[in-house]
Amino acid sequence: MTVELGHFALLLALAVALVQGVLPLLGAATGRTRWMQAARPAAWLQLALVALAYVCLTAAFVTLDFSVLYVANNANSELPMLYRIAAVWGAHEGSLVLWSLMLAAWSAAVATFSRQLPDELAARVLGVLGLLSVGFLLFTALTSNPFERLLPAAVDGRDLNPLLQDPALAIHPPLLYMGYVGLAVPYAFAVAALLGGRLDAVWARWSRPWTTAAWLFLTVGITLGSWWAYYELGWGGWWFWDPVENASFLPWLVATALIHSLAVTDKRGAFKSWTVLLAIAAFALSLLGTFLVRSGVLVSVHSFATDPGRGVFLLLFFTVAVGGALLLYALRASAVTSTATYAPVSREGFLLANNVLLCVAAGVVLIGTLYPLIIDALGLGKLSVGPPYFEAAFVPVVLPMVLLMGFGPFARWKRAGVLDLIRTLRWPLSVSAALALVLPYLLVGRHSVVLFAALMMAFWVIGTAVLDPWQRWRKLGGQGRRLPRSVLGMAAAHLGVGVFIIGVAVDAGFGVERNLRVADGDRFEAGGYEWSFRGVREVHGPNWDAVEGEFRVARDGDTVTTLRPQKRVYRVQTQPMTQAAIHPRLTRDLYAVLGEPLGDGAWSARVNVNPMVRWIWLGALLMAFGGVLAISDRRYR
Amino acid sequence: MRYFLPLVVLLAVGALFWVGLGLQPAVVPSPLIGQPVPEFKLPLLDDAERSFTHRELTGRVTLVHVWATWCVTCRAEHPTLLAFARSGRVPVIGFNYKDDRALALRWLEAAGDPYALNVFDESGAVAIDWGVYGTPETFVVDREGVIRYKHVGPLTDDIIAGELVPLLDALGAGQ
Amino acid sequence: MRRVLLMLIAPATAFAIDTATFDDAATEARYRALIAEIRCLVCQNQSLADSNAPLAVDLREEVRAQIARGASDDEVVSYLTARYGDFVLYKPRFTAVTAVLWLAPLLLLLIGAGLAWRALAGPGAAERVHDDAERTRIRRLLDDRNER
Repeated sequence: MTVELGHFALLLALAVALVQGVLPLLGAATGRTRWMQAARPAAWLQLALVALAYVCLTAAFVTLDFSVLYVANNANSELPMLYRIAAVWGAHEGSLVLWSLMLAAWSAAVATFSRQLPDELAARVLGVLGLLSVGFLLFTALTSNPFERLLPAAVDGRDLNPLLQDPALAIHPPLLYMGYVGLAVPYAFAVAALLGGRLDAVWARWSRPWTTAAWLFLTVGITLGSWWAYYELGWGGWWFWDPVENASFLPWLVATALIHSLAVTDKRGAFKSWTVLLAIAAFALSLLGTFLVRSGVLVSVHSFATDPGRGVFLLLFFTVAVGGALLLYALRASAVTSTATYAPVSREGFLLANNVLLCVAAGVVLIGTLYPLIIDALGLGKLSVGPPYFEAAFVPVVLPMVLLMGFGPFARWKRAGVLDLIRTLRWPLSVSAALALVLPYLLVGRHSVVLFAALMMAFWVIGTAVLDPWQRWRKLGGQGRRLPRSVLGMAAAHLGVGVFIIGVAVDAGFGVERNLRVADGDRFEAGGYEWSFRGVREVHGPNWDAVEGEFRVARDGDTVTTLRPQKRVYRVQTQPMTQAAIHPRLTRDLYAVLGEPLGDGAWSARVNVNPMVRWIWLGALLMAFGGVLAISDRRYR
Repeated sequence: MRYFLPLVVLLAVGALFWVGLGLQPAVVPSPLIGQPVPEFKLPLLDDAERSFTHRELTGRVTLVHVWATWCVTCRAEHPTLLAFARSGRVPVIGFNYKDDRALALRWLEAAGDPYALNVFDESGAVAIDWGVYGTPETFVVDREGVIRYKHVGPLTDDIIAGELVPLLDALGAGQ
Repeated sequence: MRRVLLMLIAPATAFAIDTATFDDAATEARYRALIAEIRCLVCQNQSLADSNAPLAVDLREEVRAQIARGASDDEVVSYLTARYGDFVLYKPRFTAVTAVLWLAPLLLLLIGAGLAWRALAGPGAAERVHDDAERTRIRRLLDDRNER
């Protein structure tokens, strides 16, 4: 019964979303207040219904109702409870329900926190969000119904994909989706502003905290995904430039640009039409990612099983949602005039450069990701674009951006003096250059130009990110005074970028990897540590069996740790899985994976010493923390 | 009209994806098409003493079919291939890839043998020269010993009727 | 058509550890860098270095043998592309077909710079017409308005 109830709730939610999508927009167009007032209750009701559907689906998983096809395909009687709950979003159909739930939640949040908003704008924003809900719920109902019955019921299920049976990956999709879906809010604000014909600073001010919220979810989601790939795939890397990874990175880059451009539109009334375009583009790219992952047009290590019908629906939805917004933009944006003036060297100027470089970076990633498809579609053959391209094309665009990033916060609005800036920042500039030059020699005795550039940029960003709030605090009168949270948020986010770059540069420059054949008792050296292999033994989990190797790691004769990497086989899907063993420290990770038996009791194995690799994820989390600080600023309350 | 530019870009991307939905991203075309068959010398499957070389692929149009007993798709494809071979249009040369000789022979005995003869590439070294990456694969070699066509994946009646037969007609096979 | 749904496709887990060794460390580094830039054909999106598919194992062995015989990177790459085409290269060669790809960063930067120039020239151009005294006056007026 719960299953039918869930299905019914989902269909009812579709009807309510239709009301939420149509009535308020018509009301706003014709000036009918009553119709506009339907938006809020509809948004709350829609959330309640989608939540009910979601709970019903979860109940089917918890009770292991194998008469539901989706449950039978993605759970098993041996599956631990935590993963039964996570299995709801373990495959296409359920993840769509989660997606719809989040969209409804964002809708309801906007409905709740928009009391100060002009009625018309609020009605339009909620209306646009309602229309997006219609699209997703229709997609779920027509092509991907998770409540479909399986008769007769299966005796046992096929189990959840083993790759997903991991705590980080279990929470990675919900966070990522929160980010993707959250970008619908600035999109809805932008479209509402276009519909109303009022592209002033109001919509920008209102969408700022929402954009930052979506961006911070996206940041944490991508970070978790990267961390998971690092320890679960066993390749020792943290980013592979796979199409699906790029699909999450693209909206992040554009959302980052949007956050900065919204600041200019809000504070100075400049970049008006550009900001609207970015808001549309950020959401367009998150829809594009959804399409790429679920339609099978690109080959990726992480794609969903695909179905052409779904691809067609998603493509249509993408084209209508983005095309409609861009058509509105084409018709309305030309009327927008910017009155604000500013000199090339000014806060606006730096933020303009930030936007240009972030968009160029996004453009490079987009072209690289789609290029094989473009060439294939034109009948020019097949080719691959991989990490070597992205690294070569992306880094030169990003490094100058990081340089400008240090100056930006110190530049005054409207006009800033170049000499003033250099005078203020002469210490961070020279100290970061000196440190970047000397430190690698002192600590490791090796150096390279790329490493110097990266480290200098990192130190520079960190230095300026600390100096800026310090100077502001002194200007406020020092002791007892408090800086606005938004200032601290920016500083934390920029600091995060610096920390991130240090992690990337040091790991890439000084990481050590050894691939070896090891037998019981073998000793070897890697990254300044003495490793010894102590053979393998069998271990068993709730729904898997594994072979576990043992490495003792010592330094200067003192034991540091014992690493126990596993090679797991999940009983139902009989898929081999690597479980890397990691000894993490801020300064370095010791990392070991077990490969294949090579005969005579020998195994292939890989050990890595990854210096400062944690800084990569710490930096990203620091960026997200900056977002949290910025949202909690007083002016948004 | 520069404000319409984003819309134009979007429509272009949409059109690209529309075309993309009909493409097969995992199928890689062979650079060997239009090239003479790679030089090789392999033993026969049913007689390790006798061998077969690239020179024997000239003089008539042939179909070279890469298969293995461990290849599940090949087993599914087998009846289609058998029916095509029985039409006698062209000789089908089997290319047994990284297989077990005894198993392969037993399989042919049980399931029916569509091949005029089978070469046995135990190490898979010759298959690399042929650019083989997934079984089953089907090549058409013309009279001059030039590779004219390659299909990756199972042969179906549609592919035989739509691609293979017209090509064989054009090459004047079996005349 | 109903299919068995998998969120992630299996080959991602069938990762490889290649224990090949060479006489000197430099050659081994060259070998590892090379196989990391070659795409495995059978897998979803993995390099030769990362894949444990039988063909990837064979091709790695072939690459190892060629490098041990003293072949250059270019020779190994031509060997592979002659058989499997440019698809195997994660780092596409610069040709007429990939020109747009490789020039994309530069082109996009130029376009971006052009757009930024327009944005700056718009209000700035109007300002440049005035002489200095007038400019200061206008700026003061604008400042006042913005401050309010």
